[in-house]
Amino acid sequence: MSDLLAIIGAVTSDLGSLTSGFWLHPALILIVGALVLPLVPVSLRRAWLVLVPVLTFARIVGMDKGTFGEVRFLQFTLVFGRVDSLSMVFAYIMGLMSILGSLYGLHVKRAIEHTAAWIYVAGSLGAIFAGDLLTLFLFWEVMALSSVFLIWFRGREQSLAVGYRYLLVHMAGGVALLAGIMLHYGATDSMAFGAFDVNQPSLAAYLIMVGFLLNAAVPPLHAWLPDAYGEATFNGSVFLCAFTTKTAVYALIRGFAGMEILVALGVIMALYGVVYAVLENDCRRLLAYHIVSQVGYMVAGVGLGTELAINGACAHAFAHILYKGLLFMGCGSVLFMTGKSKFTELGGLYQKMPWTFLFTLVGGLSISAFPLFSGFVSKSMIVQAGFEDHKLWVAFLLMLASAGTFLHTGLKVPYFIWFGKNHCSKETWESAAEPPWNMITAMAITSFFCIFIGCYTPYLYQMLPYPVTYQPYTAYHVSETLQILLFTALGFFLLIKKLEPEAKISLDLDWPYRMGGRAFLWLARKPVQLVDNAVGEIYRVGGLIPLMVSARMSSVFDNRVIDGAVDGLAATIRSVGNRLRGVQRGLLQENLTVAFGVAAILVLIFVWIF
Amino acid sequence: MKLLRFIEFLRRNLKTVIRVCVAVLVVLVLADAIPALVDKHHAHTKVEHLPGFWAAFGFVACVLIVIVSKAFGHAGIMTREDYYDE
Repeated sequence: MSDLLAIIGAVTSDLGSLTSGFWLHPALILIVGALVLPLVPVSLRRAWLVLVPVLTFARIVGMDKGTFGEVRFLQFTLVFGRVDSLSMVFAYIMGLMSILGSLYGLHVKRAIEHTAAWIYVAGSLGAIFAGDLLTLFLFWEVMALSSVFLIWFRGREQSLAVGYRYLLVHMAGGVALLAGIMLHYGATDSMAFGAFDVNQPSLAAYLIMVGFLLNAAVPPLHAWLPDAYGEATFNGSVFLCAFTTKTAVYALIRGFAGMEILVALGVIMALYGVVYAVLENDCRRLLAYHIVSQVGYMVAGVGLGTELAINGACAHAFAHILYKGLLFMGCGSVLFMTGKSKFTELGGLYQKMPWTFLFTLVGGLSISAFPLFSGFVSKSMIVQAGFEDHKLWVAFLLMLASAGTFLHTGLKVPYFIWFGKNHCSKETWESAAEPPWNMITAMAITSFFCIFIGCYTPYLYQMLPYPVTYQPYTAYHVSETLQILLFTALGFFLLIKKLEPEAKISLDLDWPYRMGGRAFLWLARKPVQLVDNAVGEIYRVGGLIPLMVSARMSSVFDNRVIDGAVDGLAATIRSVGNRLRGVQRGLLQENLTVAFGVAAILVLIFVWIF
Repeated sequence: MKLLRFIEFLRRNLKTVIRVCVAVLVVLVLADAIPALVDKHHAHTKVEHLPGFWAAFGFVACVLIVIVSKAFGHAGIMTREDYYDE
């Protein structure tokens, strides 16, 4: 397969060099593919859905290292293509995941859902290859604006609100990032995106870091993640779980490797996610809390900043994208088939969906770092780096978190969905069955990669930015890991009564803006309503009434000739007035979409032409 | 559907499965105590040289996480599902 990809990659790079000096950005393939998709005949759509991500992946694999796609824009130099070993490892896994995610959602009929997902992936690839902060910011925002549709397309009443919260939080992060970029430019006169001074960080560096940390879901800036990923469409979450947080991890590695505070934040994250996962009743929200936990390992690795730790962060991001994608595919299959995702509404499904269970279990064993599964060869690098840096508390607390990981993702999720007490309603039980072939195939391929990475370490280790001397398969490490995990399992089965899921939600740090927002609305509603009514009244008084009055007056003078005409005119104006009032109060979501679309197209045209 | 038959086979013989699992746990701790099998020079701290240290760590970690998290949740963090509904 790799030979074939190399050939396709060579062809695409030849195509790229044909148009003198034009460097074909892999994100461009996805964007064009996404925009053309709605025009592709339905009979060819499935082929297109496979072809475009494969071409993108082939282009990534076939890329030469170096700096490409430099564009002069005003006084800035934008760099669209910084291809080095760090950006390559992230781009590689994201390209791969876009193939798997598209295959998983192959049967989704609405083209626009695929378009949103692909533009989201393109945003992520663009951010990863960005060599300057302005380009980074541009693609950073593309990611936020396209991914929100993956939540809205769920189409439930609450999806809309969740999407707005998601957008609101990401816009706040984007503002922090942009402010940091501007301050940084003002101070250094450079837009280049490189390592910041982590020993004496400037205010600009802190603001940029806050923007990155928000996307990496570092507490207290994390609550958007379970909120959004629990609500997105069944295949939307498969995309969401891979790209936003891992692009942020990439950006942190690039800018803030060795930043001391990240070690503590990472450890807090790793444990925070575990605690909330115990309480969680919705399987996809549980998985989302475990993203927080797992990204904690990566953030801690970035903070440690040694070669081993950075390698570990990259390796863990790589492995994480696959196993977390797989877990979301498994729970997404249950959601797709039954419409349920709460443990208190599921149970005993092994009779109906045994293969889905097996694939989810592979994901669970991978995230728990079982020997021969992908997490084992990646997570341990970060823990090892903690030990080698003589930060024993870091290493031991991360070990504690990995016991929690197995407890929830490896045991709680499979047990309470596929075994345990059967809480299924009659409809749930009848609709439960193995998902369509493409979902099964996507899960099977992802499972293969999870096991392949765990068994054949050079595949992943050769891609890492620094040479790897670390050897995960020592008798001691295997014994240590098996003891922790299997005795955690013992604890799980002894405490299973206590772990029985409860039909509750847990308050998290989205409480302030959810309740605070409500207070704000309550205050604002009255004045805003007042102004709105006043404006409406002015339209009515200033536009309609005088006309009606004049019409009535003229009708006194000439009833027969003018009456009909003026009444008609008045009616027309009344309907125009009503319509104007409608636009003024129109659906915010539609207006935003149009505004974002127009703005995005303008920016792209601007950047490409000038 | 062979997979389903296999799962049902395991469930029918649950007692045996549990016995095998317990045996694995015992073997794991015993192996950890034999230096010829598990070379402890990779250990980073002194406590790790105790046989079965990580087994105890794993078990205590699991119990601790469940109890602390549940206590945290029941201290007011867990609430009714329609809490945010107006």
